[in-house]
Amino acid sequence: MRALLLSLAALLSLAFPALAQQSVADILAANRDQIEKPSRQTIGPVIDQLAASGDPAAAAVLTAWEAKQLGLRDSDGAFFIIEKTDDGWLLTAPDGSAAGTAPKGDIKELKPNAGVRGLIATALVQFTLSDPDPAKRLAALESIAKDPKADALVPLRAALDTETDPVLKTQKQRLERLLTLRFDPDSAARVAAIESFGAELGLDLRAALNPLVATTRIAYAGDLPAGSNLARTLTPGSDLTEVEAYDLLVAANMAPARLTVEEARKALVANLKDGMVGGVALADLNTQAARDTAYTALETAGIVPAAATDAEVTAAVAAHRFAEVYAEPDPAVTSAAAAALSGITIKVGTMQAADLALDAISLASIYFLAAIGLAITFGVMRVINMAHGEFIMLGAYTGYVVQQFIPNHTVSILVALPLAFAVTFAAGVAMERLVIRHLYKRPLETLLATFGISIALQQIAKNVFGTQARPLTAPSWLDGALTFNDVVSISYIRIAIFVLALVFLLFFLWLMKRTRLGLEVRAVTQNPSMAASMGINPDRINMLTFGLGSGIAGIAGVAIGLFAKVTSELGSDYIVQSFMTVVVGGVGNIWGTLAGAFLIGTFQKGIEWLNPSNTLAAQTYMILLIILFIQFRPRGIIALKGRAAGD
Amino acid sequence: MSRTFFAKNPSVLWFLLILALFTLAVTVLSEAYGVAFISTSFVKTLGKTLCLALVALAMDLIWGYAGILSLGHMAFFALGGYMIGMWLMYARTEEIVVAALAQGGLPATAEEIRQGVATQIFGVVGASDFPLIWVFAHSFWAQIALVVLGPGILALVFGWLAFRSRVTGVYLSILSQAMTLALALYLFQNDSGLRGNNGLSGLQNLPGLDAVSQDDVSMWFFWASALALGIGYVLLAWVVSGKFGSVIRAIRDDEQRVRFLGYSVEGYKLFAFTLTAVIAAIAGALYYPQAGIINPAELAPIASIYLAVWVAIGGRGRLYGAVIGAAFVSLLSSWFTGGRAPSIPLGFYTIDWVDWWLVILGLSFVAVTLFAPKGIGGLFDLWQGLRSPNRRGAPLGPDDGALMEKEAKE
Amino acid sequence: MNGMKGMLLGGAIGLAAMTGAAMAQEETIKVGVLHSLSGTMAISETTLKDTVLMMIDEQNKKGGLLGKKLEAVVVDPASDWPLFAEKARELLTVSDVDVMFGCWTSVSRKSVLPVIEELNGLLFYPVQYEGEESSKNVFYTGAAPNQQAIPAVDYYLNELGVEKFALLGTDYVYPRTTNNILEAYLVSKGIAKEDIFVNYTPFGHSDWSKIVSDVVALGADGKKVGVISTINGDANIGFYKELAAAGVTADKIPVVAFSVGEEELAGLDTSNLVGHLAAWNYFQSADTPENAEFIKTWHAFIGNDTRTTNDPMEATYIGFKMWAQAVEKAGTTDVDAVRTAMYGQEVTNLTGGKAVMLPNHHLTKPVLIGEIQADGQFDIISQTEPVAGDAWTDFLPESAVLESDWPGLGCGMYNTETKTCVQLKSNY
Repeated sequence: MRALLLSLAALLSLAFPALAQQSVADILAANRDQIEKPSRQTIGPVIDQLAASGDPAAAAVLTAWEAKQLGLRDSDGAFFIIEKTDDGWLLTAPDGSAAGTAPKGDIKELKPNAGVRGLIATALVQFTLSDPDPAKRLAALESIAKDPKADALVPLRAALDTETDPVLKTQKQRLERLLTLRFDPDSAARVAAIESFGAELGLDLRAALNPLVATTRIAYAGDLPAGSNLARTLTPGSDLTEVEAYDLLVAANMAPARLTVEEARKALVANLKDGMVGGVALADLNTQAARDTAYTALETAGIVPAAATDAEVTAAVAAHRFAEVYAEPDPAVTSAAAAALSGITIKVGTMQAADLALDAISLASIYFLAAIGLAITFGVMRVINMAHGEFIMLGAYTGYVVQQFIPNHTVSILVALPLAFAVTFAAGVAMERLVIRHLYKRPLETLLATFGISIALQQIAKNVFGTQARPLTAPSWLDGALTFNDVVSISYIRIAIFVLALVFLLFFLWLMKRTRLGLEVRAVTQNPSMAASMGINPDRINMLTFGLGSGIAGIAGVAIGLFAKVTSELGSDYIVQSFMTVVVGGVGNIWGTLAGAFLIGTFQKGIEWLNPSNTLAAQTYMILLIILFIQFRPRGIIALKGRAAGD
Repeated sequence: MSRTFFAKNPSVLWFLLILALFTLAVTVLSEAYGVAFISTSFVKTLGKTLCLALVALAMDLIWGYAGILSLGHMAFFALGGYMIGMWLMYARTEEIVVAALAQGGLPATAEEIRQGVATQIFGVVGASDFPLIWVFAHSFWAQIALVVLGPGILALVFGWLAFRSRVTGVYLSILSQAMTLALALYLFQNDSGLRGNNGLSGLQNLPGLDAVSQDDVSMWFFWASALALGIGYVLLAWVVSGKFGSVIRAIRDDEQRVRFLGYSVEGYKLFAFTLTAVIAAIAGALYYPQAGIINPAELAPIASIYLAVWVAIGGRGRLYGAVIGAAFVSLLSSWFTGGRAPSIPLGFYTIDWVDWWLVILGLSFVAVTLFAPKGIGGLFDLWQGLRSPNRRGAPLGPDDGALMEKEAKE
Repeated sequence: MNGMKGMLLGGAIGLAAMTGAAMAQEETIKVGVLHSLSGTMAISETTLKDTVLMMIDEQNKKGGLLGKKLEAVVVDPASDWPLFAEKARELLTVSDVDVMFGCWTSVSRKSVLPVIEELNGLLFYPVQYEGEESSKNVFYTGAAPNQQAIPAVDYYLNELGVEKFALLGTDYVYPRTTNNILEAYLVSKGIAKEDIFVNYTPFGHSDWSKIVSDVVALGADGKKVGVISTINGDANIGFYKELAAAGVTADKIPVVAFSVGEEELAGLDTSNLVGHLAAWNYFQSADTPENAEFIKTWHAFIGNDTRTTNDPMEATYIGFKMWAQAVEKAGTTDVDAVRTAMYGQEVTNLTGGKAVMLPNHHLTKPVLIGEIQADGQFDIISQTEPVAGDAWTDFLPESAVLESDWPGLGCGMYNTETKTCVQLKSNY
């Protein structure tokens, strides 16, 4: 379509050389309606005319138009390049001369849509492909890569030799080969270009190769139509069903359509006479079999047109042959492309598995981070804290509040992490002192009481911060992703969460195994009265341990808020999964929690991979799997043995 | 037998008397059969409250008596509603489809009717075929049987798996919560065949009774709910007063000892779990036609937690406590969140009950757990002069549950 | 037991008092407001409640309607679907309201439908929805799929040249039905079934890495990929963050959202999202005198100059004005008279042009497509002529034959093939 328009425009400019010498301002004025409300489908000739005008201002005007900096003065319909000032617009005429200013209301900003902007960018390529500014050359390359066209090949080859920047030169060469393999008229050159890539992973290469091997299904009688590039022949029954085969025939007008139930019904109603149709009484037509009988009777009587019966369908299918043919007519190119793609496909499959594994690890580290606080309060102390999720939420909101006061994102996160720890540590200690201390002997009631606290905290957060999600923005050095190739990549923020999870794992191990506090915690959890008689104050230890677990939850909250969202329901999204993680892993052992997190993360990503269109199903089946898992290993993956196991 | 049962449990007679009086009072005051003092929407609220009281009774048996804190019983409640809802939707839609097809010139085939019903029910969620689970939806009696069988079998399988592997205490709570979460997530999917997030709606319109006003229908359901509550109360009171009741209480207090005494602990637990699930399902089947719509949000874990909250506030381990808790908290809740409670201006801040009611509920729940483990039902003990022993002070024996110092002094 | 009885008595007395109060103030016209003020939907619906209150306030300043003042009756269905039915019944039977403005989610509307059809109430529903419904008692002032989704897809096909579609949605009715309609539409436009990728995620989903990489991988066969997002609420935040992290810019893979407006963008840093799209019938950035006036009144009413306005607010505005005009025309607030007077009512859109009430209870509205700006507002880059809302989509075979025409055919679900009215009540 566009190629057609382009050639039309070229024809026009050839036929009327005077037109080509028009000034940009004239072209703009002549096509004012189009330019005011441009559509990608119709604006092409105008852009081409501008680009081909030969007016030195053309590039500047097009650039301004693309950047939404072209304006129209309401009073006289003149176009200007506009720049926003405090009280209005600074105007520049299309020829580059200053044209004074205008108040805000006098100028209508032109806002071309992304499709039109893409066309402008393509038109600008010829000006910018050899532009002295490397950024503009890069933009030109990206514009070609985004929308590869045959006519870009010649200017691109011309711009190859003049390129001085080595990075851009490689890019240009790669792009040139990609265009060659698609658009070069010489078959050998195309095959050579395909083979020059080898089994490379690039998305752009696959995007160039796949259209070459695209196929369509055709039906034909006798020999294959001349000029078609056969991919494979299809046998009805094995490669395609009889229904599909017949549909192909119907679509190609080689067979009559089947009779639908609805059409049969209409035919019967139309031929209803004296409560009878085709020898069947109206009242008996309440089964499909009776209707078929009636229709066949009508068919024999020649009242209704014959419709394809099953036997006729089978005969028609048997009388024809079916094949898949390539859209690309050149067999040498298609076979080279197919060979290249088969090598790539295996590699892509491996890389996709690697990417999925990275996703699973990342999800596992998020679950682990959310659950590590619970591994302390529930795993070590055996206190069920259903408000754990709300501590995560508190941490996230702390991060949000800090960002309100400290605009620098890096500093604010560095402040927010310890502050979130402090806030949730205090909340945890307060809760332990006021509530949980009285309920150590009644675990079920701890569960319910902490639920009460969880409901209250959630509602308080709603009342204070509103139900709307709050922004918690990561510092800019965490933007973007670590990209290994076009398939495998992981965002920096997820890597940061992974690192954070690792840090806390090490911290936990160090605390429990290497410090006095850890020793006392282990002593108190194993036998409080014996520990007390050794001079340890169990009350103090319980309070500190609980505070610690809660504090870590707060830090997890900041991390989770950075990667997802900050709402009052943030905590409840994670609470069930967190408990699952701890229970599946095995209570009382941090390695178990780690194993649990990985098991759940892998489960979930695995199911998502099996059923990519329904993520909700993945979550459902993951929970079912966990329930079943607990039935068969009620003590988790890593079960404590001996006295440490408690009961 | 029955005389001794009622003689031993005077509270059952009191309860039935009060329930009967209450039903009579509502009938006399209703729009349909009385002086129209109570609006139909309030009759529906009261009817639904009776159903909630029934499911709270079930929760009391499983938690208060057997000591199993199930955080998944509202799943059975909702499943019961889904089962009856499938028939209600099918039958109502079938009437419409048959009427529409009758205008088409030919008598409709069974397939056409089925297809038409499917398009009507699932058109909303972009499908037009009946999923497999709707296979019995055309039959009222089959769906009624499924109200009992569906949740019953689920409870049996879940309970068997869980009790067999000795999942107890908080683990069981978390596991049952995971069950209801998984079920809710499953039903949220459109592929589950129960209309996903939209759920089943228009359940208040009974098939074939288009001409009957909702004023009447609401009273019928109110009576049915009252009857179900009465029967459920007597049944559960009878169950807990016998030997079975003693065994499950013993399991609550010390499971190991009961097992060593030779009782099949798992069997007793499984029976209690399944029985309560079935009662919950029946309550749900009566509740949702009054509510008019059921969707997966009804199975959210928070619903089951509220159930536990009602029982705890009403008073565990006594049946009337559960009824009081459910009625009191749910009615109070709807009063506070209904925007009818007046706001309290403090000058610098206005307390809107819509916003703060949940905070108060949550905190009062903590307070009940800490300071009044017997809940509202404990007030009856005060009235009857029963006092609970003071359990404060250090334990005198090595085991949990031993006499405490202060207790021993009394 | 005493406590329970006292409670019930108290409730009954409360109700009686309300009925009494209703009788004492005979001269007001009562307007029911049925929006959640608590629970998950409160954030969206509270704004609409305030909009209705503002419109009532404005109307009363002009002297009310038919010489009577308007009085709002606000109830809180608390984002609880069964409660919507209960509160609607209460509004209609206890408070005797003449009209209701309310509901946001489809499931809440489906919950209310049987009640208002039974009691012959009148509801104005102001949110874009999936269509496939037509009730005699509801006026739909939000967009039907052909007033939002279809034009957005046309924009993709015609202006951006998208050849491969990823339909991402939250798993509930609106995305399901909309995506079904879009799939059928795309197939009719010559897009192959294999070129349409569909994914559903739960509410509040946060782990988007796999889905985003799936979408990026769609580009492997050289076709231009576009994402159509019916992702709802909070889940958008994680989604857009992941898009930004994966470097998916609008010129590589554009995303057009049907549920992301000015309010949702407030929870995000939009600098990485510039150029992604949203389709609505209204954007706050619309440059008309009506809109400037509306925003000014809104800011004054709510007492906050930074509060955004959005599409459902405009729908509420149009609905309220139309109702007021219809009441003036009918000279009564009787539901049947007002309904008859509603057809053909015109109100000036906030984005320019006229909204007209059609016989199928939908509006004509222009469709706007906006690009996200760094400041969290939308840059309107496309505005169509007004499109007539269609209750039954033309792109699904079952509903293509259906038509809704209440004044003409007296039927909301008329089968044009068999020339029969399928049903008078809606299929809830």
